[in-house]
Amino acid sequence: MVGSDSASTVGATEAARELIRSLRARHGPLMFHQSGGCCDGSAPMCYPRGELRIGARDVLLGEIEETPFYIGGDQYERWKHTRLTLDVVPGRGSGFSLEAPDGVRFIIRSDVCAVAAAET
Amino acid sequence: MRYEQPNSTGSKVQYKSRYQNFIGGKWVEPRSGSYFENISPVDGKAFCEVPRSGADDIELALDAAHAAKVAWGKTAAGTRAQLLNKIADVMEANLEMLAVSETWDNGKPVRETLAADLPLAIDHFRYFAGCLRSEEGGMAELDEHTVSYHLKEPLGVVGQIIPWNFPLLMAAWKLAPALAAGNCVVLKPAEQTPATILLWAELVGNILPDGVLNIVNGFGVEAGKPLAQNRRVAKVAFTGETTTGRLIMQYASENLIPVTLELGGKSPNIFFSDVWQQDDAFRQKSLEGFAMFALNQGEVCTCPSRALIDKQIYGHFLDAALSRVAQIKPGNPLDSETKLGAQASNDQLEKILSYIDIGKKEGAKVLCGGERVEVAGLEGGYYVAPTVFEGNNAMRVFQEEIFGPCVSVTSFDSFDEAISIANDTLYGLGAGVWTRSTHTAYRAARAIEAGRVWTNCYHLYPAHAAFGGYKHSGIGRETHKMMLEHYQQTKNILTSYDPNPMGFF
Repeated sequence: MVGSDSASTVGATEAARELIRSLRARHGPLMFHQSGGCCDGSAPMCYPRGELRIGARDVLLGEIEETPFYIGGDQYERWKHTRLTLDVVPGRGSGFSLEAPDGVRFIIRSDVCAVAAAET
Repeated sequence: MRYEQPNSTGSKVQYKSRYQNFIGGKWVEPRSGSYFENISPVDGKAFCEVPRSGADDIELALDAAHAAKVAWGKTAAGTRAQLLNKIADVMEANLEMLAVSETWDNGKPVRETLAADLPLAIDHFRYFAGCLRSEEGGMAELDEHTVSYHLKEPLGVVGQIIPWNFPLLMAAWKLAPALAAGNCVVLKPAEQTPATILLWAELVGNILPDGVLNIVNGFGVEAGKPLAQNRRVAKVAFTGETTTGRLIMQYASENLIPVTLELGGKSPNIFFSDVWQQDDAFRQKSLEGFAMFALNQGEVCTCPSRALIDKQIYGHFLDAALSRVAQIKPGNPLDSETKLGAQASNDQLEKILSYIDIGKKEGAKVLCGGERVEVAGLEGGYYVAPTVFEGNNAMRVFQEEIFGPCVSVTSFDSFDEAISIANDTLYGLGAGVWTRSTHTAYRAARAIEAGRVWTNCYHLYPAHAAFGGYKHSGIGRETHKMMLEHYQQTKNILTSYDPNPMGFF
């Protein structure tokens, strides 16, 4: 089941939502920031709320389970034609994302936005 | 030939069932007493346990490093260089064992670890040993009686966070200059690939004085973060991705310390029409250059993951390139004939598949590959067929590092268009230029906004050629003596040899 909490371009699977709830119970309020680049790049990072300083050019894509999901402004420009779905898979990650010690990793699945698709 | 699987009878690699942290010259249990299973991507099975360390263990390692830093910083350059050379000698004597272990831990073919990862790592210690011996400060006579001396001093204790794509080689890239410059190090290996660095430390750890090299294992959030945040490190070096890079800079800003970062790329590989002019060795070399995206299963920050081909030769070149790619088949990484091994982890595999999915949804044409494959006898392993997309540079598969054996191909009409596509990216780490014209090669190399432009070659990583990124790809230059400076302070001693007062007060 994929759902979005607001008029946003990011949604989440039920498995991802459940993991967010479990992490929040242990770590308090959370935030997401979409990473780019190599290694664990292109993966979403989950931190305690406020851990990463959100800059003037970051874009808030939406909220999932009351958790804000940001992406860097430059990266947003290149991703904005796609709709993101937060999911979770077994894995380990390699950044400072909170879920990695649980043996799972958040992952982004993507679709082309209806609007963008209609334009092309 | 096929190497025996580690831990089986006759294998060159016998892992312990459980490893510890290397702190102050000793193997130390993590304070928490917890460990995590280390999985081989070759078959998806766990093969040893590694400490799940936390902030306490980082503090312990920093205590050891700080206790060692004064003596190490004052150790004669000749002695430090000799110890680095000794490390290289021991690695060379154990090259095959370390190469097989690296293959088992990371999934890359043993052909590559034997020919690239290990020889390059060994050479790196020798290179920085040499740089150190030849290093000089500066002196200037400012006037008849006043002399300015510039001397290099170590920073003290530095933190290093190592990626999983070339575990031992990336550790060598960071350790060799830091140790050469006289620093003590607390190093955190990637949680996907800690094993070879631990085998390496068993071999060479005690060549260095106790506390000079400390290795603390664990997860990023539990061990990497307290290291990056620590007020007792004088510098942090990190290779990884952009959000963590930002976080590390943010932590560094709290402690007012420098960082070096290598954060990836989306490297263009440009083939100008004259590569096709003759059916000769150079044409074959350029086709090989195209296929380089498959090196290390594409898990290279400089993977030539965008191929830009001149429209005049597009069809001919691509047909030949695709038949070249068709010969690259995933196989058992321990087999010396295998050219494509396993992706390093399950989440990495899933991420690659999610990119193949969005590539298709965006309308990129999959010219070959595009799926997970099974290797007989290694059904749990993480293998992906080499994948060639055809599309345009606005697509996500052209804009983000997939970090898999995938290349996205497009064409260009003119030199200017080639450069414009090449530079239409957030990153600027590597690039390739293929042409028979020295004029085109130089113009293109200068016009591309990237730290390393391979000209008529690709994926060479020799010491003494600076490696690092423009734009979002990072800060700093590795694999060159200039990296020594990233691990040093400059001390200026300004001396007056005039016995007379200035007459100012």
